Parts: sequence; structure tokens; C-alpha cells
Amino acid sequence: MDIDLITNILYATIRTGTPLILIALGEMVCEKSGVLNLGQEGMLLVGAVIGFIAATVTGNLFIAVWFAIFAGMLMALLFGFLAISLASNQVATGLALTIFGTGLSAFLGSNYVGIGLDGMQPLAIPLLSDLPVIGKVLFQHDPLVYVALTLFALVFWLFKYSRLGLKIRAVGENPEAANAIGINVQLLRYAAVLFGGAMTGLAGAYLSLAYTPMWSEGMSAGRGWIALALVVFASWKAERILLGAYLFGFASILHLVLQGTRFEVPPNIMAMLPYVATIVVLVWLSSDAVKTRLSAPKSIGRPYRPMS
Amino acid sequence: MTIKKLMVAAGLAFAASASQAEPLNIGFVYVGPVGDAGWTYGHDAARKAVEEKFGDKVKTTYVESVAEGADSARVIRNLAQKGNELIFTTSFGYMNPTLKVARKFPKVKFEHATGYKQGKNVGNYMARAYQGRYLTGLVAGSMTESNTLGYVASFPIPEVVRGINAFTKGAREVNPDVKVKVIWISSWYDPAKEREAAETLMLQGADVLTQHTDSAAVIQAAEAKGKYAIGYHTDMSAYGKSAHLTSTIHNWAPLYIAKAEAVMNGTWESQSLWYGLKEGVTDIAPFNAAVPAEVRTLVEEKKAQIKAGELQVFAGPIKDQQGTERVKVNESLADDDLKGMNWHVEGVDSKLPEA
Repeated sequence: MDIDLITNILYATIRTGTPLILIALGEMVCEKSGVLNLGQEGMLLVGAVIGFIAATVTGNLFIAVWFAIFAGMLMALLFGFLAISLASNQVATGLALTIFGTGLSAFLGSNYVGIGLDGMQPLAIPLLSDLPVIGKVLFQHDPLVYVALTLFALVFWLFKYSRLGLKIRAVGENPEAANAIGINVQLLRYAAVLFGGAMTGLAGAYLSLAYTPMWSEGMSAGRGWIALALVVFASWKAERILLGAYLFGFASILHLVLQGTRFEVPPNIMAMLPYVATIVVLVWLSSDAVKTRLSAPKSIGRPYRPMS
Repeated sequence: MTIKKLMVAAGLAFAASASQAEPLNIGFVYVGPVGDAGWTYGHDAARKAVEEKFGDKVKTTYVESVAEGADSARVIRNLAQKGNELIFTTSFGYMNPTLKVARKFPKVKFEHATGYKQGKNVGNYMARAYQGRYLTGLVAGSMTESNTLGYVASFPIPEVVRGINAFTKGAREVNPDVKVKVIWISSWYDPAKEREAAETLMLQGADVLTQHTDSAAVIQAAEAKGKYAIGYHTDMSAYGKSAHLTSTIHNWAPLYIAKAEAVMNGTWESQSLWYGLKEGVTDIAPFNAAVPAEVRTLVEEKKAQIKAGELQVFAGPIKDQQGTERVKVNESLADDDLKGMNWHVEGVDSKLPEA
């Protein structure tokens, strides 16, 4: 393998991992606060379609990205109202949100199928992009890739160093205790759910405006579900989500690249590789059962009813 | 007694007149969403054409995104129970479920796309898309500068293999140095993966791409890199103004209209139809301005010859990848051989994985 090929594989790895990072980080924050939102796939599609429609109508990609983010948040708000305010079953509500989002996106997007769009162009970062290998791999992407990495740093910092992160975790571990020390459980959970919606909406915009600038129904092809699994396998740690997403991306690309070489593995076996590799590595990382149990939010999936 | 008989007769007459006034209910089962801009989109366009043609005389229902396999039987049965008299099941994986349900509903007519099994009330139909593939192969072979073509493929089933072979054969007829590289993505529909496969092919030197998957992501990838691409299923020119050379397209409308008419007239019979350029079910999209006049003329000539039955796409001599002669001079592959095609012709640069 020559250096050019490796560079290109790594470049594509970053691109493939980006939507997963966004969704999984958002969902992680959400789950840390004790809310399990299985509606990722639905929010993702709604974000993608709204972003695409906004881009087609306004011709402005920046505005379109914001539309996608707000669309994701609106979906999350709907989920939050049911699951937080009305204390409905989170699993059922999340699944309903996915089904609703899939249908809604198809309905909204029906007039936008078959339309091309000039998507987001790569933005080379001055100086850094001139570095050998690293420059091409990391610093010549479209803007949303950098945004995803920035958001990763933010979420990492949030739970590692900030007071707010501590509060979110408290709410996810023991909402009654958190309430007793004066934390507004419902408000914080709403905030976490809305953040998750915004992140997934942004991932939707990445799909329909940057990665494959088009709208076609169900274009997310299950990425919302993969990201959900990623959160669990990464045992709710931001850095492992980053690792897992890139690992998944790397194995997906390898599946394609190896077919051009004389490396003879049936492609359907190779197609499993991203799933197998990601699960194996992350399970191995979290093989310490006690530690893993500690990192799982204790009250996840349990609605909280404030006593008044 | 007579009164009773009369009543029965009247009842029968009433039933008969009612069934005439009732529209023909037609059900469609789709594997993808109607908005996929690809395979299912084409079938749904034909459904709309049937509605347009017959107006009140038909009532169509469709169920989209139905997973292939066991669950599809439930959907098909449901359509039959709801009184659909003609049901189109439009994906390969519905073959056995369709036959299974058809046995329970002998009065309902079933039409299954791209399969090879038939029953008393189950016909099958397919498009000779490979004829379009061959024509687009002529275009690709003429336009390539690197002599490397890229093909993003889904699963190694005969339908896909046949398309790759026909495309390769067309390309090598105008340019014997052409190689076709194939990447299997193990999915019918995943725009992001289709794009990555296209990027990989371009990295390996391909400068004209095509795909046998359902989205237009390959066209977009080629457009972004300043390469050429050839679409499939529908005219994908909107996705790449300079990249899109032409597309192989399906037009199921003539077939669906004919079948609906046959059920109305009571002349329906179980057939195995394989329509192509001649019947208008397969065609190619208008050319990009970049395609030179002599290439257009050549393609039009070959198209006319295929339509007239003078030219067979898989006419010998044909060698396979190993160099073994598979078809002799003056012979050509029979339809049964084409339907089970599981080998690559010479010029395909990638090994055929086992299905």
C-alpha cells in the first residue's frame, strides 16, 4: 500500500465517522441525563430533509444547517414533552418518534426527490492543510467535520471538567437526590434531550448537504441505530465514541478498498467488519464489568415524576 | 321455488353488474421507498401511469419499503385479502412469498418482477436492462481516457452480473483496452456507502463510473471530481450536469398497462415476460453534450439493430475472465443462460464473489 492510498483511506474514514460522532455524542448527553431516546433515526431523517429543503429554497447552506438543527430540536421537543413532561415510556416513545420521523421526512421531501444540489465544499485550513499526510487526512474537509470535532471537545470537557456535566450526571443517576439538592431535573433533562435533537439534526444536515448532497427517502440507511449502539458500546464515554465512530468508518472503507486489491475475502463477510470490529474493540475496552456498570447512567429509561 | 330461483338469478345478475362497475383493484409491493429516485420510483411512476390510463376503472394501492423475505408474505397476503385482483411484487426476494400466498388466493393474479419461478396465477416479468447497459457501455468505452471504468454493485446475483458483463462488452467493443473494476457494497441502497465506493473506484483510476444500486450518489461523486458517470433506473442528469453522460432507464408503464387490461378483459395468463428496448421497457436517457456525434450515431445504430432483433448483446465469441471461450462465433447466449449468469466476461477486472 502506498502512502497516497493510506491517506485517502484515512480521509474517507473521518468523513464516514462524522455523522455517527454527532448523533452518538448527542444521544450520550441525553442518556447521561437519564433519558433514552430511540428516535435518532427519525430525527436524523427530518433534519436531513428540512436541511435539504431549506438549502433548495434559500440557496444558502449556512441557513440550511440551522434549519436542520432546529428541525431536530423540534422533534426532540415533541419527544421531551411525551417522555419527560407526561412521563411516558421512553422506549416506546422513542420508537414512535423514529417511525413518525421516517414517515414525515418522506412526506415533506416527496417534491424534492431527484433534485441535485451543490453541496458543501471542502474547506482547507491554511497552513495545517499543507502538512504531509495529516494535512490531507484532517484539515481538508467540509466545515461540518470541524464542527463535529469541536463539539466532541465540548462534550468531553462538559463531563470531564464542568459543573453542568456533573449536574447532568446527577440527574441521570438519581433524579430524586438531584432534586433534593435543588437541581431542576425536568429542565435539565429537557436541555439534554434538545441538545441531542440539535446534534442529530446537524448530522442530518451533514448527510443531505455535505456527504451526499441530495434528498432521497431513508437516505440515512440506519446510521441513527448504529450511533445508538455506539453509545452503549462506548460505555457513555465521549472519547470512546470518537474512537468507535472512526473505527466503524475505517472498517467500512476497508470493505470497499480491499476489493480493488488481490486481498480475497468475500465482500459480504467484509461488510460485517465495521460492526464486528467496533463491537469487539469497544467491548474489550469496557471489559471491566464494574467500571462499565458505574459508567452507565443508573436511572436511564426511568421517567421522573416530581413530587409537589 | 321459482321465486327463490328468480331471487338467486337476480342476485347473480346484481353481483355481475356490480363487479363490472367496481374498479379493478391493483396492489403493488415495493422494496424501497417511492422517493428513492431509483428502482421503486420507477415502479411507482408506472403505477401512476396505470391510474392515468384507466382513470376510475382501476384503484391502486401500494406498500413501500417492504423487507424481502418472510415479512413480505404478510404484506402480500394482506393486499390479496383486501380485494386486490392483480398484485405486482417488485423485488427479487418476494419470489417465494408471492408463490406461497398465490396458492391460497387462486383467483388473484400475481406478477413478480425479476424472479424465475411461475405458478398458475403467478407470472413474472423482467426488463432487459442489460441491453441498455450494453449501449451505455459503448458510451463509457468511448469516453474513458484511463481505460478504466468503475462499477458500484450491490449483490452478485445474475441480474447484476449480467449488467456488468453487458456494460463491459459494450465498452470493449469500442475500446478493447478497457478494464472494468467492480466494488460490491452489499446493499441496494445506502447513498453514503455508494459515494465512498465511487471515490474508491476513482482512486483506482476509473474515470467513467456507473452503478447498480438505487441512489444517485455515484453520479454526484463523479461530478465533484470532474469525472464521468452513467446513471441507472431513472434519468439522473439532475445530479451531475457535466458528469452524467446518459442512464439506463426502466419504463414499466407499457407492461403494467397491458397486464391490467388483460385482467379486465379476462385474458390474463401466467407468462414469463422479458421486455427490453423493443417494447420500450428498457431505454437510455438523453446524452450529455460531451458525448461526440459519432458515438451517438453508433449507439443509435446498435439500438436500432437490437430493436429489430438483428443484434444480440451476448453474441459470440465471448470469453470469460479466465480466457475460456463461453460462447462460440455465430452463437449467442439463450435467455435461460442469461437468467442464471454467474460468470464475468473478459475485461471485468474484479473477481466475482460467491453469492
